[in-house]
Amino acid sequence: MAGLTPASLSAEAPVAASPPVETRQKARFSPWQEAWRRFRRHKLAVASGIVLLLIVAAILIGPLLWRLPINEIDFGSKLEGPTWAHPLGTDDLGQDVLARLLYGGRISLAVGLAAMLVAITVGVLVGALAGMSSGYVDAILMWLADLFLSLPQLPLLLLLIYLFRDALKTAFGPEGGVFALIVVVIGGLRWMPAARLVRAQFLSLREKEFVEAARALGASKPRQVIRHILPNALGPVIVAGTIDVAAAIIAESTLSFLGLGFPPDIPTWGRVLFDAKDYLDIAPHWALFPGAAIFFTVLSINFIGDGLRDALDPRRVI
Amino acid sequence: MSRQYIIRRVLIALPSLLGISIVLFTVLAMAPGDPFGELATNPNIPPEVRLALRAKFGLDDPILSRYLHWLFAMLQGDWGFSFVSRMNVDTLILQRLPTTLIVIGSSQLLAILVALPVGVLAATRPYSLFDQIANTLAFIGFSLPTFFTGLLLILVFSVQLDWLPFVYRADISATGWQFYWEHIKQSIMPVTVLGLFQGASLVRYVRSSVLDVIRLDYVTTARSKGIGERKVITKHVVRNALIPVVTLVALQMPIVFGGAIVTEQIFRVPGIGSLLISAMLANDTPVVMAVTFVFAALVVLCNLIADILYGWLDPRIAFR
Amino acid sequence: MADTLLDIRGLKTWFKTDDGMVRAVDGVDLHIDRGETVGVVGESGCGKTVTARSVLKLIDMPPGRFEGGQILWQGRDLIPLDQDEMNKIRAREIAIVFQEPMTSLNPVYTVGDQIAEVIALHQKLNRKQAMDGAAEMLRLVNIPNAQRRVHDYPHQFSGGMRQRVMIAMALSCQPKLLIADEPTTALDVTIQAQILELMQEMKERFGMAIMLITHAMGVVAETCQRVTVMYAGKVVEEAPVEALFGNPRHPYTQGLIRSIPRVDRAAEKKQRLEAIPGTVPSLLEPPPGCRFADRCKYVTDICVRGMPPLKEVGPGHYVRCVL
Repeated sequence: MAGLTPASLSAEAPVAASPPVETRQKARFSPWQEAWRRFRRHKLAVASGIVLLLIVAAILIGPLLWRLPINEIDFGSKLEGPTWAHPLGTDDLGQDVLARLLYGGRISLAVGLAAMLVAITVGVLVGALAGMSSGYVDAILMWLADLFLSLPQLPLLLLLIYLFRDALKTAFGPEGGVFALIVVVIGGLRWMPAARLVRAQFLSLREKEFVEAARALGASKPRQVIRHILPNALGPVIVAGTIDVAAAIIAESTLSFLGLGFPPDIPTWGRVLFDAKDYLDIAPHWALFPGAAIFFTVLSINFIGDGLRDALDPRRVI
Repeated sequence: MSRQYIIRRVLIALPSLLGISIVLFTVLAMAPGDPFGELATNPNIPPEVRLALRAKFGLDDPILSRYLHWLFAMLQGDWGFSFVSRMNVDTLILQRLPTTLIVIGSSQLLAILVALPVGVLAATRPYSLFDQIANTLAFIGFSLPTFFTGLLLILVFSVQLDWLPFVYRADISATGWQFYWEHIKQSIMPVTVLGLFQGASLVRYVRSSVLDVIRLDYVTTARSKGIGERKVITKHVVRNALIPVVTLVALQMPIVFGGAIVTEQIFRVPGIGSLLISAMLANDTPVVMAVTFVFAALVVLCNLIADILYGWLDPRIAFR
Repeated sequence: MADTLLDIRGLKTWFKTDDGMVRAVDGVDLHIDRGETVGVVGESGCGKTVTARSVLKLIDMPPGRFEGGQILWQGRDLIPLDQDEMNKIRAREIAIVFQEPMTSLNPVYTVGDQIAEVIALHQKLNRKQAMDGAAEMLRLVNIPNAQRRVHDYPHQFSGGMRQRVMIAMALSCQPKLLIADEPTTALDVTIQAQILELMQEMKERFGMAIMLITHAMGVVAETCQRVTVMYAGKVVEEAPVEALFGNPRHPYTQGLIRSIPRVDRAAEKKQRLEAIPGTVPSLLEPPPGCRFADRCKYVTDICVRGMPPLKEVGPGHYVRCVL
C-alpha cells in the first residue's frame, strides 16, 4: 500500500499501531462464561428454559406421582371436562387425559432427542469428512446434501413408514420398531444443516495460522481436527441441534396426527389429537391440552435456541 | 439476465430430478414384502391379470432394468393404475393437483404479503415495541404445528361461530359470484393456516436480511445523496434484502408441502396431499409412489424458479 | 468571513456503547472557505471520519448523538435540522465521497441509474434527461465509453473506476463543498494519483471547496491550502500548508512529519524511521489534560493538569500546546 519513497503521495502517518478505542480489560471471563452472560440477557430464552425444565420434570416425575393408569376405560365418565378427579378431563373411553399426556410426553421428548442425536452425529461426520478432504469426495457429499435438501420431508417420511413399518414391527416389536424407524428417518433427513456448518468451519479454519502452526509442530490430522477445528464449530451446531429437537417433535406429532405414527394404543401427543379431532364440538378440551403441550414445548425450545444463537454466535445490531 | 443462465439452471435441475427418482425407486425396491401385495389379495383381480402386471412391472427382473422400465413408464405418462380408485393414476393426480397448487400458491402469497412489510418495519425499528411483538408473534406462529392451528380455527370459526364451513366440497351447486364466494369461504381457513405458518418464519428471515443490508456502505451512500429514508429502504435496501430471502423460501418448500398435506387432511381438501394419506391407508402403492414423485418434482421446480428469480434480482449472478 | 462556507464550532459527537460513552469528536473547530482545499489529518480513530459524517448527519443516531456544538453551513446551524431539510442540502450543497469504492455502490442497480437518481432528485428532469446527465458525468471523470458503460453494473468496474463513479455521482449536482473521506486509501498507488488529479480538475472546473480527509501527509502537502491536525477527538494544530510543514508547532504534528519515510535522508544520514511511541488514549474516559501528554517528549506538569487552549502562533496558525 504505502510507498517508501518521498515522492509517493501516500507517505504514511506514524507507525503507532493502536486500536482506536481501548476497551476495558475483560480477560477475566472465559468464552463460555461470556456466552452464558449473553444468554441470560435474552429474557424469553431464560423464561423458556424454566418452562422446559418444568415440562421435562413433569414428564419424568409426573407418572410417579399421578398414578392413574393411561388406559383405564371407564365409560361412565367419558368426555368429561376438567374436574378434580381428572384435571385435564377424559376422552371418549373415559381414560384420563393427564395421565396419557404425561406418558406420551416421554415418547415425544425421547423421539426428539434421539432424532437430534442422529442428525447431529451424521451431520458432523459428513461435514468433517467433506471439510477435510477436498476435491471429489467433498463435491459428492455436497451434491448428496443438496439432493437430500430437495427431498420433500413429510411425503418421504410417510413413504418410508408405509413401506417399512411392518417389517420393523416384527423385528423390534410394535413400539420399538416404530420408534427406531421414526428416529432414523427424521434424523436422517435433517443432517444437512449441521454438515454444512461443520464443513464451512473446516474450510475457513483449515488454512488459518493456528492450524498451520499445529501442523508444523507435527500434530496429526485427527488431533488437528479434534482440538482445533471442531470446538469452533460447536456453537452453531448446538443451535442447529436445538432446532432439530423442536422439528423432530413436530414431525413425530404430525405423523401420529395423520394416524401413521406409533400404534394406536400409545398416547403420543399427536395421537391424542388424532383421536380428539372428531370431537371438537363436544369435547374441545381433549384436543386443546395435547395441542397446547406440543405448542409450549416447541415454543420454549425455539426460544432457547434463539437465546443460544445470541449467546454462541452473536451478531451485534446496534 | 441471460438466456444462458436460465438454460444452465434447467440443466442442473434435471440431474436432481433423476437423483430423486433413483432414491424413490431404491426405497421401493428395498421395501420388504410385496408392495404390490394389495393386488395379490384383491379378489377382484384374476390371476392372469396379476401375472401380466408382474410382468409389466418387471417385478422379477434385475433391479437396473426394473428402474429403467419404471423411469421410462413415468416419463411417458404411464403412472400405473389405482385399483382402489379404479382409474389411471395420472388422471387421478391431475384431477387433484390444481386444488393443491391453488391452496399452496395462495398461502405463499398471503405469507409474503404479511411477512414483507412486517419484517421490514421491524428491522427499521430494531428492539422497539413493534419489533419485539412481531418477533414474539413470529415465534408463536412457527411453533404452532399446522394441525393444531387448523383445529383451533375450526373450533372457533366453524363450531363456535359457524361462519365458515370446514368440510371442503368441490361440487358446489351454485353459479357466478356465489360459486366463487363459496369456494373462497371454504379456502380461507386452510390458506390462512398454511400462510401464517410460513409467514411467521418469513418475518424473521426478512427482518434478519434487512438488518444485514441496512448497515452496508451503499445504504449510507444512498442517504448521502439526499434520498428520503423511506425511499432508501424501499428502493435500496429491500431489493438487496430479498435476495437471500428468495433462496430461503425455496429451501422451505419441502416443509410447506408437508404442511399442505396436513391441512388437506384436516379440512378434507381434495388435493394430492389427502390423496397420499388415503392411498397409504388403503395400501394403494402406485398412487403412493406417484404422489411422492410429484411432490419431489414440485420441490425441484420451486428450486428452479428460485434460482431464476435470484438471477433476476441480483445482476452479479447471471454474469457468471 | 463572508466567504466561509462551513464553520464547525465546538462539535461533540459521542457514541453510547456497552462500555460507556465514546467521545469520538470532543470539541472540534474547523472552517472551510469558498473554493479552498482543507486537509484533515490524523491517525485512525482520531475522529476525522466522524467529523465528516457529522456534517451531513450520516451518523446513526442511537448510539451516536450530538453532545454539543454547532455545524454552521453558510451561517445556518445544521444540527437542529430534520431529515427533510438535510436532504435538500445533501448532494446539492455538500456531497461526500467515501473510502471504500468496492462497497459504496448498490450492486443491483446500474451505475447510470444511481447517478441519474441524484440528478433527477435535485433537478426536475425526466428519466432520459437524467440518464444523459449521468453519461455526461461519467465522461467528465474520464471513464472510457461512457455512453455504453452507463448501463453497466458496479461489479463490472474496477476499484479505481468505481471511485471515479462515486466522484461523478457526488459532483453531479455541483455542490459547493465536497467532503472526501480518505478517497484513495483503498486504491493502488498508481490509481491514487489519478484520482487526486481528477479531484483537482473537478475542483477547478466547478470552483468548489474540498474537505480532504486523509492520513497521508504527502497528499496533504501536494493538494491542500490549509491543514487541520486532529488527535484523539480534538484539533491539535491548524495552519496554512506551508506553515504546517515548514514550522510545525505541536509535538504530534512534528512527529507525523518526521515519520514520513524519506529515502534521500536515509541514504545520507542512515537515520532510523522515527515513530511516535505509545498508543492513542481511550476515548471512553479521556485524560483531563492534553491528550498527547503520555506520548510527548516535552511533557510538563501543566500539560497533564488541564487541556491547553487553542492559541494563535502565527497568521492563521493555531496550536493546542503550552509550548
